[in-house]
Amino acid sequence: MTTPVTNKGARTADIVQASLKKRYAKEQRFKAIGLGAIVLGLTFVSLLFINIVSKGYSAFVQTHVQLEVYFDPAVIDPTGQRDMEQLARADYRQLVRAPLREMFPEATSRRDKRALYSVLSSGAAFELQQMVMADPDLIGETRSVWVIADDEIDMLYKGYVDRDAPAIERRVSDQVIGWVDTLEAKGLIDAKFNTRFFTNGDSREPELSGIGGAISGSFFTLVVTLLLSFPIGVAAAVYLEEFAPQNKFTDMIEVNINNLAAVPSIVFGLLGLAMFINWFGLPRSAPLVGGLVLTLMTLPTIIIASRASLKSVPPSIREAALGVGASKMQTITHHVLPLAIPGMLTGAIIGMAQALGESAPLLMIGMVAFIVDIPGGPFDPSTVLPVQVYLWADSPERAFVERTSAAIMVLLAFLITMNILAVVLRRRFERRW
Amino acid sequence: MQVSVIIFVLLGLMAVGYHFGRQRALGSVGGSTGIRQLHSLPSYYGTYVLLWAALPALLALFLWGVFQDRVLIDMVVGGLPEDLRDLPEARLGLVINDIQNLASGNITSGEPSPEILAAAEHLSSLQQASAAAKSVFVFALAIIGGGLAWRSIGPKMRARNRVEWIVMSLLILSSTVAIMTTVGIVLSVLFESVRFFNEIPITDFLFGLEWSPQTALRADQVGASGAFGAIPLFAGTMLISFIAMLVAVPIGLMSAIYLSEYAGPKLRSLAKPVLEVLAGIPTVVYGFFAALTVAPLIRNMGEAVGLEVASESALAAGLVMGIMIIPFVSSLSDDVINAVPQSLRDAAYALGATRSETVKQVILPAALPGIMGGILLAVSRAIGETMIVVMAAGLSANLTANPLEAVTTVTVQIVTLLVGDQEFDSAKTLAAFALGLMLFVVTLALNVIALHIVRKYREQYE
Repeated sequence: MTTPVTNKGARTADIVQASLKKRYAKEQRFKAIGLGAIVLGLTFVSLLFINIVSKGYSAFVQTHVQLEVYFDPAVIDPTGQRDMEQLARADYRQLVRAPLREMFPEATSRRDKRALYSVLSSGAAFELQQMVMADPDLIGETRSVWVIADDEIDMLYKGYVDRDAPAIERRVSDQVIGWVDTLEAKGLIDAKFNTRFFTNGDSREPELSGIGGAISGSFFTLVVTLLLSFPIGVAAAVYLEEFAPQNKFTDMIEVNINNLAAVPSIVFGLLGLAMFINWFGLPRSAPLVGGLVLTLMTLPTIIIASRASLKSVPPSIREAALGVGASKMQTITHHVLPLAIPGMLTGAIIGMAQALGESAPLLMIGMVAFIVDIPGGPFDPSTVLPVQVYLWADSPERAFVERTSAAIMVLLAFLITMNILAVVLRRRFERRW
Repeated sequence: MQVSVIIFVLLGLMAVGYHFGRQRALGSVGGSTGIRQLHSLPSYYGTYVLLWAALPALLALFLWGVFQDRVLIDMVVGGLPEDLRDLPEARLGLVINDIQNLASGNITSGEPSPEILAAAEHLSSLQQASAAAKSVFVFALAIIGGGLAWRSIGPKMRARNRVEWIVMSLLILSSTVAIMTTVGIVLSVLFESVRFFNEIPITDFLFGLEWSPQTALRADQVGASGAFGAIPLFAGTMLISFIAMLVAVPIGLMSAIYLSEYAGPKLRSLAKPVLEVLAGIPTVVYGFFAALTVAPLIRNMGEAVGLEVASESALAAGLVMGIMIIPFVSSLSDDVINAVPQSLRDAAYALGATRSETVKQVILPAALPGIMGGILLAVSRAIGETMIVVMAAGLSANLTANPLEAVTTVTVQIVTLLVGDQEFDSAKTLAAFALGLMLFVVTLALNVIALHIVRKYREQYE
């Protein structure tokens, strides 16, 4: 009677033994797949960053050409009266063109001359005008000035133009390449740090465009968002966490908050368009409206973070305050809130980072316009950093690709700083009770 | 007077009110020696006056700002001559626009007629009067409100309770903003959608197979027939979301399993935040990446093997969207996998199961509802994602299941219909709101179902 049992046991053990190799192989395979998934994820992160940085780092320098500019009184100030209006109206293009002609006397035909002039940006003359307006004593003198080059020349100098390609497929002709090479041999062309990229507004000319306008638009939008969403979010969290009775009304509020957190951002844009612009008649493209829309979007984030922060304050603090005779409101404003504020601020910073990266709802309310001026307040038409990225990404010029990537780098730098700030704040004020 | 100036003056009035309220409370009991006879601390009396000076005035300022333009326009239109007033609504709107532009000193279209010039003059004088009246009214309200509160102060007044009541009301008001937002979304989208469905039957919209959103200016123009069948958009949205989920679910789920079951603390503490970086990158960056790097790459690879790939293929947009959603899936799955009790794992190990067998036969079945909930949330995220598809997917509505062709999505169409100049009475613009309504309803349904599943599952183990 015992033999079949042992036989059977032996068989089971055999089966298990026999299958072990296969099972271990399966185990190894499964583990490898898991590791592969992580490696793939990390690869995506690094690919994204490498891609953006390799495309964008060169936008932080800009090609300039050194010219011996003679500030010809006959051109700038023929009357000699130093009249500011006269100075502003003068034709400064002649000033930058003259030294170019001197350097390359072989360009005599109309076409050649036009090609020669196109080496310089159309903004070069404007910058000479600014120099003269700032210091009229320059008139009559000769100075060596670094003037800004055209974006095609910029691309050529940075090595993005394939010199071996047939001339038809290049945006730059052989003739111009020859001129640039001569300039380079003389040391008259150089890439310098690109301050315009940070101070200028948008422009159709890549070499003159910058993110200054977008940054200040983002700034005003975020200020409006923070001023509205932080007080409202904290107040809502305090009510829901500390005062609200358990009833249908508070249940409804909670369900609403959870659902709003998952509503697609573009729907908030539709709300902003229909409500704030068409119904309330607020100005289009204004940071004020953008801030209002982003406030509604970030409220759930801030409310949820603030509630978690309030929850982490131990009940003993409340009981102690109530015990010595404080009212419920005093308990919260004097004791609970001060302890919960760091956590709430962390939530607010994360909400602001989310708002800074958001662009879809802002497209709806007209913050995609081409705006050259730098906005000076929350009512001026403006655009924001991510929308500027979107606008430039659509532009065909090669130089805009570089600028788009650089703008993304600036945007990511802001986001990373904000997130680090949030982490530091949390570490610093985190308290174990 | 500028709004900012009014607010600064109000702040000053509030400070003055606080000071006087405090003083009066102290004075009523004979200075700080008699402070025990006061019902509340002196600062509460000050705050009480401050609140009464601020709140009515701020409310008036807000309402004035909202209604000023409307009322003034009505008054100006009332003063226009008969023939102008009887114009159809659209033309009248243009006239009003001209008047407003003239009044604010901008250039207008064409040479303004004398009536319009007069109306503009009228409007700008009304605007000046309104601005002056506004500041006077707001300040008067602040002084009267503060004054009345100040007069009511006495030792018996329960200032703390009153202040706390006001603060409490403000707290409740703030917490209803969430409800008001939802109501606002529903109303604004629904209102315009109803207008759209008055022009285009709802069945044509929901079941039509052709999408070419245009309205004819003349009956005989080329392409006069606008078609608002949204099926191609829904199909395109689903195709791209499906590709995204094909990328995100396996990678996200497997990395969550590896991180929670296999990885040591070192790898976990490194890989988790790096993956979460993906979640913090703005979507416009992914869009740029998809349009300028991934799409050309896929096209070149397709050409290399002899396939015809559209430069705005659904595959590129879907792939990049999938990358964006990986951290979403992985962190949600990580939460549910960690919530599976350790006793289940121990039991499986005790029976001799390998780790992968435990994962596949014990942990995953136990965590399945939670994972499903997470995936549904991810799907709703994919459907509502805008920037990636706006930058990397196509514009023309194509009813196809081929991921190498260009398709368009609901969000892309909303953006293209609404960016730029718009008239608010054409079916073209209103269609965007109908699409928005669909988007809102679908994502809301997905979220409600997902949250329900997740919550139900959590209760099981708690």
